[in-house]
Amino acid sequence: MSAKVLEALKKKLGDKLLATESAHTDDTAVIDRATLVDAATFLRDDPEMAFDAPVFVTCIDRLDLGLEPRFEVCFQLRSTVHRHRVRLKVPLQEKDPVLPSLTPLWPGFNWQERETFDMYGIQFDGHPDLRRIYLYEEFVGYPLRKDYPKDKRQPLVRRDDLD
Amino acid sequence: MADTKTLVLGHKNAEDFDRDEPIPNELMTINMGPSHPAMHGTVRIVLTVDGERVEAADVQPGYLHRCFEKEAEYATYTQIFPYTDRLNYVSPMLNNVGFAMAVEKLLDLTDQIPERAEYIRVLVGEISRITDHLTCVGASVMELGAFTAFLYALKAREWFYELLEELSGARLTHAYVRVGGVVKDLTPDFKERLSHILDKLEPVIVEMEGLLTENKVFYDRMVDVGPFTAEDAIAHGLTGPVLRACGVDYDVRKDFPYSVYDRFEFDVPVGTRGDCYDRYLVRVFELRQSIRILRQAMQQIPEGPVVIDDPRVALPQKKSTYNTIEAMIRHFKHIMDGIRVPAGEAYTFIEGGNGELGFFIKSDGSGRPYKCYVRSPSFVQLSSVSKTMHGHLISDIVPIFGMINMIGGECDK
Repeated sequence: MSAKVLEALKKKLGDKLLATESAHTDDTAVIDRATLVDAATFLRDDPEMAFDAPVFVTCIDRLDLGLEPRFEVCFQLRSTVHRHRVRLKVPLQEKDPVLPSLTPLWPGFNWQERETFDMYGIQFDGHPDLRRIYLYEEFVGYPLRKDYPKDKRQPLVRRDDLD
Repeated sequence: MADTKTLVLGHKNAEDFDRDEPIPNELMTINMGPSHPAMHGTVRIVLTVDGERVEAADVQPGYLHRCFEKEAEYATYTQIFPYTDRLNYVSPMLNNVGFAMAVEKLLDLTDQIPERAEYIRVLVGEISRITDHLTCVGASVMELGAFTAFLYALKAREWFYELLEELSGARLTHAYVRVGGVVKDLTPDFKERLSHILDKLEPVIVEMEGLLTENKVFYDRMVDVGPFTAEDAIAHGLTGPVLRACGVDYDVRKDFPYSVYDRFEFDVPVGTRGDCYDRYLVRVFELRQSIRILRQAMQQIPEGPVVIDDPRVALPQKKSTYNTIEAMIRHFKHIMDGIRVPAGEAYTFIEGGNGELGFFIKSDGSGRPYKCYVRSPSFVQLSSVSKTMHGHLISDIVPIFGMINMIGGECDK
């Protein structure tokens, strides 16, 4: 259905499009973080693409799959005009989990990126308010990473300022 | 020694106040929630107010975070159904259906589900949509003081819960849907009871509307409160009744038809102003559309099996489990190891009670998901709230919050 989106991306980005995949009616484009903002702006502003709706942001921790690089951040987009969908994936190294934020393009990604930061420790550069969202500030670690044990205990936080 | 009046009232007589003293004009910070009757017990809002007017609102969810995604990574695909019940706990069947469809997509079984199972999923799904909308409208108007309308809505909701309880065994957490179909067939008098309840529901909607739609107090509290333009709503990722109230006719059942929804005739109501009043009207309209779908589904539902006949995903019949060694081993493997889902990833979404409810599952080929992300509409909807609250009065937060229909379990995962 939306194979033409991947073709248009291929034409636009050339070699910078690292890989594409179409499976289970989902289309995925893997791109480098340096080209993420360019690609996203193209997808939003080109009238043939018109991806106006943000759907979700999440991250895949590939530690247990033994794949490198460790993280893959996924941005799912939908076009209300053309009724097509695409998923952008950005591979990130464990040592440097930073990528540009897409919140300036789609305000709906604001909380979703905060959630991804909260759960996976991915830093979104240029995010207006990157704080933990579900967990509290003093929480140690990132719980959805594969090396965070499910039964790990957290230290008791004492708040001296509440006396 | 102060006089009695100062001691009791804590200050001087009114005429003693310094009249030339300027009225303080700095902004004030107020905590609303997490224990506040209008916050549904789960959200905290840090308000910065200028008098009664909201200048900034920092909405903080997370008080009901129960690690759905982490738990799901350690559970077999079948064990996740009870967890999905606890996401949106006023429409659990829709969560069940959404998750089952996501796993079926990875198994490439989407078009092999028995027709009767698909129809049952539509039936229970639309019942859940009705309970969801009844809860939303009822609870919101109760927060505005209309207690009678709340009782009418909840009375009707209870009829549906009783019906689903008879069907699944649990009033609220049904866990009724399975990968490949549903766990058991409809009860013999299900259709009869459902059409009886639908006949009773229609006058309740009329009663409820009579109390609310043209009620001056209700109208003034709802109209032009928390409006969104269509472009803004789309860019904020809103879906469901909240988006349709802005005039965008996006409904997953129509735009990306799944299951057997393309066989039913129903309308997608849209609003014009995108305010709280339109959100209310859209929800009431959708109640009627769900009744239409349910009546058509009851007429069309065919006879047949309710779960796919595929040993990879369906449990063997109890009779053969107890009588043949092959079926017993299959049963054991199914329970202990789970359904083996081929490696891959897929995003599946359905029209939930509040909007696009999606499951993004990555499988590594084992019986447990490698990653199970849920795209919860409540979470996305709630993220837009601080924008809509800006410039409104503190009392307007209550209808804005109510009409978003934030369900704590779904929002906080």
